[in-house]
Amino acid sequence: MSLRSPLGRALGRGSAKEGVGHWWSQRLTAVGLVVLGVWFVAGLLALHSLDYLTVRAWLAQPVTAVVALLLVPTLLWHSHLGVQVVIEDYVHHEPLKLLSLVLSRFVHTLLGVAAAVALTRILLGAPAMPAGLVAGS
Amino acid sequence: MYTMVLSITHRITGVFLSIGSILFVYWLFALSLTPDRYAQAQRILGSGFAKLVWAGLIFSFCYHLANGLRHLAWDMGWGLEKRQARASGWAVVVGALVLAAAVIFAALSLGGGSA
Repeated sequence: MSLRSPLGRALGRGSAKEGVGHWWSQRLTAVGLVVLGVWFVAGLLALHSLDYLTVRAWLAQPVTAVVALLLVPTLLWHSHLGVQVVIEDYVHHEPLKLLSLVLSRFVHTLLGVAAAVALTRILLGAPAMPAGLVAGS
Repeated sequence: MYTMVLSITHRITGVFLSIGSILFVYWLFALSLTPDRYAQAQRILGSGFAKLVWAGLIFSFCYHLANGLRHLAWDMGWGLEKRQARASGWAVVVGALVLAAAVIFAALSLGGGSA
């Protein structure tokens, strides 16, 4: 039995203020994903083929590019928040929990940067460097 | 449909979709490289096992979307009565299955069956 008061137990453990922000972000990204995700998947399915040139031409269109550039961070932020909740709810071993949370952050960040580079390359129509600029050639 | 089962399924499909986002970014990255690299990614992502994964991802997308809308409705205070929640639960399951079947059909006719 602990003789500490409820206040004593709570002090120093931080406030719960962040929770509301987390909850809101989860909902706002969810609403965003309903529009962006459905638009993107429907657009992809409406293509006559998934070959290289067709998909690149589609993604390089201004409206598609805007949707794709909005979709990537919205999707990854929503995913990050959701995975975080799942880890916090089911992983009870503290070191493993911390490791999972850090790993999830790293992977989500990596995916975001990789997708940004990919979309930039597609927008700039960059399949490869001109022969004279390729390193070592 | 018991709301508890639907709730855990929402989480499972969510985690599966998170893993699927790795495949999505891999595909997008390959697309930003050369046609050869894209063709290689298409082969890997079009293998027999990968097709099963895509089917799972499509269902997860449809389910998470439908049940996500149900959650957003709840957040606005709609449909919280037990009877309503059960009815909307069934609507989510049936809606997700129908939508997933339609998306898989559209994907197959896109050449997903051969690619």
